[in-house]
Amino acid sequence: MSDDMDMSEIHDIFYEESYEGLDVMESGLLGLGIGQPDLEIVNNIFRAAHSIKGGAATFGFLPISKFTHGVETLLDQVRAQERSVSEDVIEVLLESVDCIRRMLDMFKAGNVPDEASSIELKQRIDTILALPSGGAMKAASNGEVSEPAELKQWTIQFSPSVDILKTGNEPLRIFNELRALGELKIVSDISKLPDIRIMEADSCYTQWILILDTDAERKRIEEVFDWVSDQADIMIECKESDIANSQAQTTPIAAALELPSSEAESAVAVGASSSNGKNSSSTKESGSIRVSIDKIDALLNLVGELVITQSMLARHADGAVAGSEAQGLKDGLLVLERHTRELQESAMQIRMLPIGASFSRFKRLVRDLSQKTGKKVELKLSGENTELDKTVLEKMSDPLVHLVRNSLDHGIEKPEDRLTAGKPETGTLHLSAYHEGGNIVIQVDDDGAGLNRQRILAKAIEKGIVSPSEQLSDDQINNLIFQAGFSTAEAVSDLSGRGVGMDVVRRNINDLGGRIEVSSREGKGSRFKIRLPLTLAILDGQLVKLGSDVYIFSLLSIVETVLVSPGEVRKVVGNGNVYRLRDDYIPVVRLRDAFKLRCKDSIKTYLERDGELLVVVESDGQRIGLFVDELLDQQQVVIKSLEENYKPVAGLAGATILGDGNVAMIIDVPSLIKTLDIAAITSKIEDFAA
Amino acid sequence: MSHADIMAGSNAEADSKQYLTFYLNGEEYGVEILRVQGIQGWDTVTPIPHSPEYILGVMNLRGAIVPIIDLRKRFNMPDMDIGKTTVIIVVNTHNDGESRTIGMVTDAVSEVYSIDENALQPLPDFGGSVSSEFVKGLSTIEDKMLILLDIDRLLDIRDKLAPNSQSSAA
Repeated sequence: MSDDMDMSEIHDIFYEESYEGLDVMESGLLGLGIGQPDLEIVNNIFRAAHSIKGGAATFGFLPISKFTHGVETLLDQVRAQERSVSEDVIEVLLESVDCIRRMLDMFKAGNVPDEASSIELKQRIDTILALPSGGAMKAASNGEVSEPAELKQWTIQFSPSVDILKTGNEPLRIFNELRALGELKIVSDISKLPDIRIMEADSCYTQWILILDTDAERKRIEEVFDWVSDQADIMIECKESDIANSQAQTTPIAAALELPSSEAESAVAVGASSSNGKNSSSTKESGSIRVSIDKIDALLNLVGELVITQSMLARHADGAVAGSEAQGLKDGLLVLERHTRELQESAMQIRMLPIGASFSRFKRLVRDLSQKTGKKVELKLSGENTELDKTVLEKMSDPLVHLVRNSLDHGIEKPEDRLTAGKPETGTLHLSAYHEGGNIVIQVDDDGAGLNRQRILAKAIEKGIVSPSEQLSDDQINNLIFQAGFSTAEAVSDLSGRGVGMDVVRRNINDLGGRIEVSSREGKGSRFKIRLPLTLAILDGQLVKLGSDVYIFSLLSIVETVLVSPGEVRKVVGNGNVYRLRDDYIPVVRLRDAFKLRCKDSIKTYLERDGELLVVVESDGQRIGLFVDELLDQQQVVIKSLEENYKPVAGLAGATILGDGNVAMIIDVPSLIKTLDIAAITSKIEDFAA
Repeated sequence: MSHADIMAGSNAEADSKQYLTFYLNGEEYGVEILRVQGIQGWDTVTPIPHSPEYILGVMNLRGAIVPIIDLRKRFNMPDMDIGKTTVIIVVNTHNDGESRTIGMVTDAVSEVYSIDENALQPLPDFGGSVSSEFVKGLSTIEDKMLILLDIDRLLDIRDKLAPNSQSSAA
């Protein structure tokens, strides 16, 4: 049992490292120039592939190691500058990265990937490998070498060491690779096979004599054995002979060979299914995080200083420093306060990851999409080192993908249209991240056609989202794209345009406590600006008082606070109240009514004042005003879950503990607005305004 | 003491569990002591919006946010003002495979007893203001009746959120 646990932990590490390796391969491949590749990059890609193969073989993920071996061979040729890098090679390698990722996903979910998924790609790799190095890469069929220019017969004695299988090298693969070079006959020598009682299942006792008819050079054959050269005795001899003759002799032997090889395959299947059983117990995600040594060191330094401060305080408390207890304690507490704050900050830093890793995925996306759509797009990235909370980063990935897809699909025009519009043929997509006033901003800019406001408005009217008589500002029209079920794309493509996009994007961002804004100029391009809180665990809060209780708004959700005199709130038919905020009528609610608080104290205090405090908040483009009794401080609060010991409460994001040890509730504006059923109120307000 | 006696004694101990008892509306109730995390004096409780009446609110318990249940309200007993002996017993409950910490407001704590769980008597159909779903059984100690509680159902988390039921009455 404990063995299983250990294995699953090691497997998790393997998955994680492999995914990282795949990312390295992918970004390397995308940066790889055609023709004259940067050797440093090639080496990086090769190393990543090699460790994935090694790991996969060690932990019994044979389909992965088998498949990766081919990839590795191809990369090795590129590395040795024996093969030039063509578009085809990069394409095949990129698809291989996807294929390995899929296989990893399947293993991780406790399934065993079937060979069928990778077989087609594997054949394509073999095809490229079978081609003479550096030659044209266009041949389609597998190993059909035309016109044997100089057909020679090679005899290869292959005597691997007993441990060869344990190092992840599979003789069968080598044979398959040789088969790709020409006609191969295999004779196996099983004389070294020990007594069955002492035979080990994972040892290789067989030796082989391989007879290969090929036009390939000796070097090419030696390459096949490159990976096992230190684990086997290999003798390669050439003899020019009558091929037809030898064929007749060796065929029966080859037939006899069928049995052991099929046995080997079934052994593989057994191994795979047993590893499947082990994995199923560990499918639960337990995210881990890679932290730079610098951050850990900073944390340790602070802890060290904290210990010193503590002993200093203890000394003063003991009265060791005569006569200075009070002052000493005060000073000590100040230092303690500073250290505590710094400690909190550096502990939070551990969760922060640079956004660059997430950005670099878009290189691939943009490359694939621009190929698919025939558009020319240059991707610019800036602010990759901006750090974001891990959870925020993960939850932002889907919305960002959607925005980038949208920009490419709807925003940037086809090359010919761009030229007609007097713009450079290649469109630019700019992804940037930066800090702005305590928030993180992620921005997606394109220099495409911009939002077509007429079409958006027409569509919105057609869908009944707005009424034809309404006068909307440009901004309001732009924001219509965030409505559910809205899509203007005339032809629904598989990229975007199904209308399930932008509303989900906005919801995801709102869930993270952030906001998204869009601005656009027709013919010039669009800009999507996402504002996010630095972290999910800490929030910049505005404390307000309701009766004797303190409630907290996120500063991000507050638009403004106004003092309202009693006459300015108007009653609307039914039960709504509205307040005129400049040009808009916004619904107003007493927060204590919204929460149906059972307040014992009277509300005299605020009736005595000249006016009431109205906090105007916004979510999903919807503004409402909430009356509170008193505005208190602004401060950072740590969000604590209510669900842990209770259950989620509508309108609340959680709770926090204030400096005096009491609990205060944190208001979740989007869900509060939902609980108020604003739609009902606003429709009444519109009646009133009209 | 013979060997057999020792065996019998240890057997009896294995079957019995320790219970912490407390007073509520004149009766004595018991909770399994292994579930008790601590006993807490009365402190500020912050009300939770949209919560049932028996939930007084939440409290800060060493950094954790813990809901506080008024047992008198939960059991439909008459209210009593918070007095000197009023205490909050903090217990762990298990519900749907999840563990939660809650505080129960009680009139006063009493004793710790060893109670043989095999000798529990079921609650008769009538009597008592406690509805039977919270009662594990009755036990008699020193001629006193003890009502042993099943605390796992005190906090009802089953009623799902119904945001729209709270519609725009404001």
